[in-house]
Amino acid sequence: MTETIDQIFVILKHWLVGHVPTAVEPIVSELLSVVPIILLFPLLFALITVMERKGLGRIQNRYGPNRVGPCGILQPIADGIKTLTKENIVPHSADKVVHLLAPLLLVMATFLGYAVLPVGRNMVAANMDAGVLFFFAVGSMTELSVFMAGWSSRNKYSLLGAMRAIAQMISYEVPLILSSVTVIMAAGTLSTVSIVEQQSGYTGIFPHWFVFTPWGFAGFVLFMIAATAESNRSPFDLPEGESELIAGYYTEYSGFKFALFFLAEYLGMMSISGMAITLFLGGWAAPLSFLTWIPSYLWFFGKLFFFIAGFIWIRGTLPRLRMDQLMNFAWKFMLPMALINLVTAGVWRFMPTGILRWLVCSAMVVAPYVLLGRGFMLGKRLEKRTYRFAD
Amino acid sequence: MLGEGIVRGLAETARNFLGSFVSKERLTTVQFPEERLPQAEAARDFPFLVYDGEDWQAGMRCVACQICEKECPPKCIFIEKSKDKKPDALGRAQFYPARFDIDVSVCMSCQICVEVCPFEAIKMDTAFELSTDDRFGGLLWDRQKLALSDAHYHAIHPTDAAHTDELLAAEKAKAEARTKAAVAKASPAPMPQPPAPAAANEP
Amino acid sequence: MTLPFTIIAALTIAGAVAAMSLRNLVHCVLALTLAFAGLAGMYLLLGAQFVGFAQILVYIGAIAILTVFAILLTRGTEPDAFLDLPSAWVSNSVIVAAVFGVLVWAVHSSPLSRRTLPPPPQITVRQIGFALMDRFVLPLEVIGLLLTAALIGAVILAMHEKQAAK
Repeated sequence: MTETIDQIFVILKHWLVGHVPTAVEPIVSELLSVVPIILLFPLLFALITVMERKGLGRIQNRYGPNRVGPCGILQPIADGIKTLTKENIVPHSADKVVHLLAPLLLVMATFLGYAVLPVGRNMVAANMDAGVLFFFAVGSMTELSVFMAGWSSRNKYSLLGAMRAIAQMISYEVPLILSSVTVIMAAGTLSTVSIVEQQSGYTGIFPHWFVFTPWGFAGFVLFMIAATAESNRSPFDLPEGESELIAGYYTEYSGFKFALFFLAEYLGMMSISGMAITLFLGGWAAPLSFLTWIPSYLWFFGKLFFFIAGFIWIRGTLPRLRMDQLMNFAWKFMLPMALINLVTAGVWRFMPTGILRWLVCSAMVVAPYVLLGRGFMLGKRLEKRTYRFAD
Repeated sequence: MLGEGIVRGLAETARNFLGSFVSKERLTTVQFPEERLPQAEAARDFPFLVYDGEDWQAGMRCVACQICEKECPPKCIFIEKSKDKKPDALGRAQFYPARFDIDVSVCMSCQICVEVCPFEAIKMDTAFELSTDDRFGGLLWDRQKLALSDAHYHAIHPTDAAHTDELLAAEKAKAEARTKAAVAKASPAPMPQPPAPAAANEP
Repeated sequence: MTLPFTIIAALTIAGAVAAMSLRNLVHCVLALTLAFAGLAGMYLLLGAQFVGFAQILVYIGAIAILTVFAILLTRGTEPDAFLDLPSAWVSNSVIVAAVFGVLVWAVHSSPLSRRTLPPPPQITVRQIGFALMDRFVLPLEVIGLLLTAALIGAVILAMHEKQAAK
């Protein structure tokens, strides 16, 4: 019975596909995998916007939106109507084609990333042999669209914001990919489905998730920090926070195109959380062995919910990082940690199982963290302000 | 250690978030217009004309002395004296305002008109939800709109109203004492004179 | 000549032609990116998943951005170039078409084009990994050394600029 509920969507899809003529079967099968993704995740996006506004409000001692619908649940509909009815302003000297293509490319690239996320047992849109590589390849297309957005506005500040955004995204791609390489090393495969299947065993009641190993925990923390930076989320939201100061790369966008940028940002957030869940938190596997009767997709979306809540929590807590602080952090702290983490994962794999493995690998992760952290904070004492040119 | 400040910050934020569901001090929003914050007693918005008793025309304290019209800085008061007189609170015949208009959109709530009025006739109201969609006449209030009872004054400014009542009672007592002295002066002996000069001094 | 191949080939050629003939330099780079994407599609059609995704990751994600940065930092403020066709463009096109025709005929009539190929083997990433560590470990290490030298050179260049700016 629990098996049926777990596989209900797979069974439904097979039943539907069996009813169409054989010639169109592959197309219908693909459509039935893809259309739920396109319908479900924007719906989740709408829910996330309300959740974020209400969550941030509660953190800041106020209500969030609570007028539209019970507890403000229907606020996204009001937002959608507002965005769609705004005038679509394109600057006179802007590059109209590129100006239009940038948000489209961004949304397309972000949607493509969902194809390799296994949201449940046997529920993945495309079981590719190089799934993780596909995810990161598609994620790197977003940088190009950020540049297109910034350049096509023919606005100096837009371009500057775009350059800084691209620099941030490229810098944080390195620790992102390096920390996922540790998982790939441990699992021995690039396919997301088999990575999740390898984490679905239990010793006693505890799961085999990679996050419960020293290198996995360090990799998870690094991955999440890099993921926050990749999706331009607080505290790394200098590209979009600049809009409040001078201009960000989407300052010349209004109405629906701006909504598309917004959609792409949140979709990116969800897809990279989904990848973190797949790589480190066991995908659709239950956390304790006696909870496996809950369907697998509920576990995946439950974990995704916690990730989104974590993103919102961090946004409400931390101030924005400055550009040079951001870059310093990426290259001087996260890259060495990611490399040391790689070595630790290798050591873990080749040491025999036991308490010694845990101690050695934990020491190998904690010691560089403390030392690097101390070195990082060394130059950060609050001092009397000195001026370079004025006497 | 690196990251310690972040963890402490997260703990504080979580305390705020969870506390906002249980304690009022972590969620200080007042849901206007369903709830309202209580106004201070000395709050003031726009003036109103006080009248004693039930009839707003007969009981209006204003005697159209036009001091407030002259003292008003943005000149938002327009007064036209009447041609006839009516008895005022102390019984004397006084002029009354045939027209008393205040342009509330100009009024800056400085309260100078209240401070200079010798008859305690104009006071500040506390109503602020005064939006109207009548662009041309909606915020030009005539004397009927401005007239509000003394009971209303007591409701919105209790201490001030009690103080005003004392002042008015003292004046009334003084006036009565004066008339009694005048009557006593006019008739020192049991009455051989005709009562006409005494009647001329009657209020 | 299946339909996916035709579409991807058309996109690639269109991207390449646009990259040569568009007036605005940044438009040219974006068209070149389209050609890169077409190439990645070709790799995927041939079943080389790893190479296809690496093409997207490296070419579109890094090289296109590098090219764009290079253009912006050096020629970004130039006005659009004008497409001036040479006056003898008709005869030039005829000659080019003739050469192309000769090449196509030569390739088509050679025994190479009539060879029946076996279906391509399904190369998994695991096999690529083994090959990299086993047969091709020396080129891998040399490339790593080259990249390290490039990184250090970039850091030195940037540091020198900072010194010069001070």
